[in-house]
Amino acid sequence: MGRIIVAAIIVTLTLLLLLTRMLYLQVLNHEHFTTLSLDNRVKLQPRPPTRGLIYDSHGTILAQNLPAYSLDITPEKTPDIATTIQALSEIIPINEDDRKRFKRLRQQRRRFDSIPIRVRLSDEEVARFAVNQHRFPGVVVQAKLLRDYPLQEQTAHVLGYVGRINKQELQKIDASNYSGTTHIGKNGVERTYENQLHGSVGLQQVEVNAKGRVLRVLENQPPQPGENLHLFLDMDLQAAAMEALKDYNGAVAAIDTRTGGVLALVSKPGYDPNLFVEGISSRAYKTLRDSLDKPLFNRAIRGQYPPGSTVKPFIGLAGLEKGVVSFNQQTYCPGFYQLPGHEHKYRDWKKTGHGQMAMEDAIIQSCDVYYYELARTLGIDRLHDFLTTFGFGSRSGIDLTGERSGLLPSREWKRKARREPWYPGETLITGIGQGYFLTTPLQLASATATLANRGQRIRPRMVESIDLPDGTREATRMESTQLPQVDPEHWEQVIQAMQLVIEGLRGTARRIRSDHYSIAGKTGTAQVFTVKQDEEYDEATVEKRKRDHALFIAFAPVEEPRIAVAVIVENGGHGGSVAAPIARKVLDRYLLKEARP
Amino acid sequence: MTGISFTQESQPARPTGLLAWLHLDLPLLTGLMLLSGVGLLILYSAGDQEWALIQRQLVRLGIAFGVMIILAQLHITHLRRWSPWLYIAGVLMLVAVIFFGQTGKGAQRWLDLGFFRFQPSEMMKLALPMMIAWYLAEKRLPPKRRRLLAAAIMTLIPVLLIAKQPDLGTALLVASAGICILFLAGIGWQLISLFAVSMAALGPVIWFFMHDYQKRRVLTFINPENDPLGAGYHIIQSKIAIGSGGLTGKGWLNGTQSHLEFLPERHTDFVFAVISEEFGLIGVAALLALYFFIILRGLYIATQAQDTFSRLLGGALTLVFFVYLFVNIGMVSGVLPVVGVPLPLISYGGTSLVTILAGFGILMSIHTHRKLLPT
Repeated sequence: MGRIIVAAIIVTLTLLLLLTRMLYLQVLNHEHFTTLSLDNRVKLQPRPPTRGLIYDSHGTILAQNLPAYSLDITPEKTPDIATTIQALSEIIPINEDDRKRFKRLRQQRRRFDSIPIRVRLSDEEVARFAVNQHRFPGVVVQAKLLRDYPLQEQTAHVLGYVGRINKQELQKIDASNYSGTTHIGKNGVERTYENQLHGSVGLQQVEVNAKGRVLRVLENQPPQPGENLHLFLDMDLQAAAMEALKDYNGAVAAIDTRTGGVLALVSKPGYDPNLFVEGISSRAYKTLRDSLDKPLFNRAIRGQYPPGSTVKPFIGLAGLEKGVVSFNQQTYCPGFYQLPGHEHKYRDWKKTGHGQMAMEDAIIQSCDVYYYELARTLGIDRLHDFLTTFGFGSRSGIDLTGERSGLLPSREWKRKARREPWYPGETLITGIGQGYFLTTPLQLASATATLANRGQRIRPRMVESIDLPDGTREATRMESTQLPQVDPEHWEQVIQAMQLVIEGLRGTARRIRSDHYSIAGKTGTAQVFTVKQDEEYDEATVEKRKRDHALFIAFAPVEEPRIAVAVIVENGGHGGSVAAPIARKVLDRYLLKEARP
Repeated sequence: MTGISFTQESQPARPTGLLAWLHLDLPLLTGLMLLSGVGLLILYSAGDQEWALIQRQLVRLGIAFGVMIILAQLHITHLRRWSPWLYIAGVLMLVAVIFFGQTGKGAQRWLDLGFFRFQPSEMMKLALPMMIAWYLAEKRLPPKRRRLLAAAIMTLIPVLLIAKQPDLGTALLVASAGICILFLAGIGWQLISLFAVSMAALGPVIWFFMHDYQKRRVLTFINPENDPLGAGYHIIQSKIAIGSGGLTGKGWLNGTQSHLEFLPERHTDFVFAVISEEFGLIGVAALLALYFFIILRGLYIATQAQDTFSRLLGGALTLVFFVYLFVNIGMVSGVLPVVGVPLPLISYGGTSLVTILAGFGILMSIHTHRKLLPT
């Protein structure tokens, strides 16, 4: 009896204790737990914007977003990643490349970002995983829009590609705007116009269950999709240039002389940018990186080549402008040139010599001796100053990243870079576009366009217009500068000489003469390796990678220029026979569009 | 023996009517029915309004109440006579489980008897207190040391067998039944304190014999935030459910923790968290009051029992019911480690339901088969 009463008292006290515990949880800490409960069920989800599309000038889609399934793992939600991947590989093929990519991406991601272990799943693979999903916490099949470049290597160097955001990029981007975004433009147009293409993030407040499934949307602020870009790029020209280059490595840059719009920008070989979107396998990347042909290298804006004889019209113009030579003044070419008091023979490409040469013939036949003499009388300072106005030695300012500036040598440059004085002989070889002189294909095309425009220098650009959110299309701004006053007669004299390069009987590019329009151009050959004083350069015996680069610059039609083009064919040999026909095909495709089927 | 006379001739009027005829105790029956009703109400919410679940639970309740009514008809002297045999059979079956048992949820608990599966440990919840009560009631109380030791060994045998399955929850309940009887039998306070101290000292030894998952539960209990997505998840989510319920609750069917599946085991062991979330402190207090009423009635019946066996058994069964309640709520609210003990009469599931109501059947039998004494 007594013990039962004791028990009753114990029961009463214990129940009161439990009630106190409830009071503590439900009343004293109510707010804390309410917050936790809300945290549990309400999630703020970023809604990534759809990336803007990129079109060429005909409206052909160059970059789009295609739905694709990927198998994603969120490491924070997956207990044992190694076993999970092992088990996954039993239902869905996962190869070594997939594993390596996963490992690499895992080191670079943000916390709670999911990373793909497999990309581009087939419908069957999606179904097979769906059946087994319960076995894999933290693993989901995600349908997402993947960037796709339908024209693959044709546009690779122009557009660049998008790839997963890495740690360094994370420091630079606006974290909240990119909260739902996994990819970012890595190079090319995709990178320059990242801000426009990306758009702004949307947000939605959703109620989720314990498995993270969204049950309903509480609040929604839709994302602002990225803006579409319309390029000047003309895929017909781009394809024609690619094709014309055949198996050669090289670059073609074509510019609309009236707008500065880049019509074609080819660097060959290219690569498939789609490989990079979800992370390229290290094996494929190694192959691309280590290839002697350097497919990842954008020759059109980063390749720096000696301009060779293509620079002669500009130097001729400099001679006329600076008054050191008149158009008809003659120089005798014996096949070599010697500085007074020096033994060294500066050779002409024609061993037997050109004989008496005035400027016109010197351009048409590309006489080196004439230009050695002209360069010497001009001097490196005046030569440098004049060529600078055409953009040699500095970046063109195109809307692409990674452009190189080339090199227009000067006394000052040599003193700084080499800590040596300038030697007179160096002026001579600069006069024929050799020596230290380096240009990029884009720079050459831009300088040619400036020549075609008789001094109006327009900054080259890729993007013609941008689709604004309000539905209108905004054209990008044309930026141009006028060269210091040049005598109009001088322009015409040089241009006429360039026209005779194609149309003259002895023109170095006479074989590309067109019946439909007039072309002004200049061939060039850039030495890759130096022939010693007592040796002969014999194309047949020189191994392929040491052969000369073939160059050609041109614009057309001469009377009313519309297009300027620069072609560089690596190890192609002679400009007139190899580079000029490529330019002709590009010009044809542009100027004879009507003839296109 | 109690010294109460069994030969009284003149008897006051017995209660009459259907309940009396069925040997049922009205207050107890009302309390149990109310509790079962509350249980169904909660089950409807916690089980995502699934009627099939309700139907299955109704069938179980029917069976359990049936068992209760049948046991209420048996005179306590029969039960008393069967006690040792029931205990021996129970221990044998527990041994059999070790050799022939069926495995379910990582533990060997079931014995397949061909036509139905049977959990001998569940039977032990009744057989052990009956056995100890029978044994101690033979001699004068309080028991001598030697008998106490014997009773302790009788308790320990099934408890160890059950703990080995492993089924810590049931072992705990069976052990508590034995301890309750010893307490009610009036063992000295020095012994009680000695027991408490030795239990504390045995802690590390018990730890050594625990399974990994059991150790993890204890560690999780000490610090659930250690592993919020793993072992601590249950406790954290359950505390969130209880705490966010507040004073008045989120309302029936409106608990977000349970309906959005954050709360695990929400219609079985953690159903109390659903009640707390949807009905708040007020609902919890009302529920505890209902339990309190049933326990007090059970203890009252024990005080009114006319022999030592009935008194000890009735008191122990009531206290075990309380232990159920305490361990479950303690676990769900995070003051005790997670042990698989259901909330009596409310958690979904049949086995414990039958045992609990069978216990109340015995209590009703104790109360309604009294020889009425002159007042």
